Amino acid sequence: MSTQTNRLHSTVTHALLLVFVVLAIGPILVVIMNSFKTTEGIFSGPFLPPNADTFNLAGYENVFKRGEFFLNYQNSLIVTLATVVVTIVFATLAAYALTEYKVRITPLLSGFFIIGIMLPIRLGTVPILQTMISWGIIDTLLALVLVYTAMSLPLAVALMMTYFRSVPNELKEAARVDGAGEFRTLGITLPLVRPGLAAVASITMLPVWNDLWFPLILAPSRENQTVTLGVQQFVGQFQSDYPALLAALTLGAVPLIVLFTVFSRQFIQGLSAGYGK
Amino acid sequence: MKRTATSYRYLALFVLPALAVYVLFSVYPLISSVFLSFFDSDDKAAGQQFIGFDNYVYLFTNPTTSERFWNALGNNVEFFLIHLLVELPIGLLMAALLTSGVLRKSTGAYRTLLFIPATLSVVIVGFIWRLLISPLWGVVDFPLLGNELTALPTISLMSVWQYIGIPMIFLYTALLAIPHDILEAAKIDGARGWTTFWKIKFPLIAPQFGLIVILTYIWTFNGFDIIYALNGSAPGPNYSTDILGTLFYRTFFGSSGQVANLDLGATVATVIFFIILVVTAVYFFVLQRRLKTYEL
Repeated sequence: MSTQTNRLHSTVTHALLLVFVVLAIGPILVVIMNSFKTTEGIFSGPFLPPNADTFNLAGYENVFKRGEFFLNYQNSLIVTLATVVVTIVFATLAAYALTEYKVRITPLLSGFFIIGIMLPIRLGTVPILQTMISWGIIDTLLALVLVYTAMSLPLAVALMMTYFRSVPNELKEAARVDGAGEFRTLGITLPLVRPGLAAVASITMLPVWNDLWFPLILAPSRENQTVTLGVQQFVGQFQSDYPALLAALTLGAVPLIVLFTVFSRQFIQGLSAGYGK
Repeated sequence: MKRTATSYRYLALFVLPALAVYVLFSVYPLISSVFLSFFDSDDKAAGQQFIGFDNYVYLFTNPTTSERFWNALGNNVEFFLIHLLVELPIGLLMAALLTSGVLRKSTGAYRTLLFIPATLSVVIVGFIWRLLISPLWGVVDFPLLGNELTALPTISLMSVWQYIGIPMIFLYTALLAIPHDILEAAKIDGARGWTTFWKIKFPLIAPQFGLIVILTYIWTFNGFDIIYALNGSAPGPNYSTDILGTLFYRTFFGSSGQVANLDLGATVATVIFFIILVVTAVYFFVLQRRLKTYEL
């Protein structure tokens, strides 16, 4: 009996999951597919693949003709990369110290960082805006990087701490006996926490790239717009040019989907280790 | 590292950069927001004036602002409940299916595919769904977003569609962490299928389930993006999709027909902050402790 029930069990499981997959991916595929069609093609048969009559790349041409799209991409890349790098460096230093130097305030400091995972930083927007104005960095990418780093640090520190805890003490002691300074000792442990670095990078990236709130408030001008804000305004302005809209949406979505698919294991590891612990 | 003084010095040196950024751009702004809500800085000549709870009194007693506030709070509760009742059960079902032990090599592919919507920006999600349900394409003949009764549930379900991968991944990793011998023992005792799930597995992952409930609460009460992306800062029809996040944006940034007011914005932010803080604190001090008793 068991092989038969097992097979039935397996078929039902696959069937249910496939339904969920179609629901998750279908809408995205419809948009990507329609971005390669003419306006008539989009509206006469929205769920049909492009054919000889309806295939058209004008949408992409129109998007590329508007130079801002590349600028938006560049801004998003700069902000996301800078945030990821600064977050990794700062979080690694802090997490190493918080697991390594056990003095009375260490648990307190760790707790202070970890509480931040729950803090809705957006609710501090009014003072953040005032700080940025008084520092003269309002409407710059730097303002975004600073806020996003502050937003990403708590989870990154928590995550790196779980990885540093798994590094054997003997290794660090051996390094110190050999005369390595504290920075050198940290350097020696880094290869062992590499999965943690990848996890931090992948979970920091997504919310930063996709955020709409802070670009809207801290860097709204044309030359500082990120992709998310750019697409948002594009949708508002060009309601009638559907091929261009769909092309812009496709260009906005595809790179992140690809990146996520490549790093999905690190991402999932990071998400569960960071919050779970 | 034995000498305490050296430890303190290195701790300070290594922690300081992270601490500075975190305090300056996260902790301080949140605290400062609370302070700001007790001031009136509108009159530039007079400077900042301490006015106690006047901003709160205004927010809750001025007919226009109080109506908007309670409306947004009610909508936010609905927004949260829809996530709680739809996103979490389905996410749990997905996690249970992924760990049922019959999938073998395809688990990773399912996991990745089901998470993909969560990688999109809300702007894209909002537009995809607005197009799919628009009467232009004829899939749905009813203006779901144009009707006061259906607009908020519709937007909430779009958000559920996007973020369902997050509870799925949480619960999936929690289920994977259950030691094998417990499941073996249950099997020997005759437990099968759903009985195993509800009687053995679910109680063991209850702490993670509780955590994802509270995170969903925080995220939905801090929500803004999907509503703004679809309906702007004065979310129609007739404010039926206005939540606390959009109310906050409108109050402090202004919109057509409303003057920007920093202090009142800080007041709204503080109220939202306390709505989140109180429930989170109750959860961690009361509920999570009880759930821990089941932990291995």
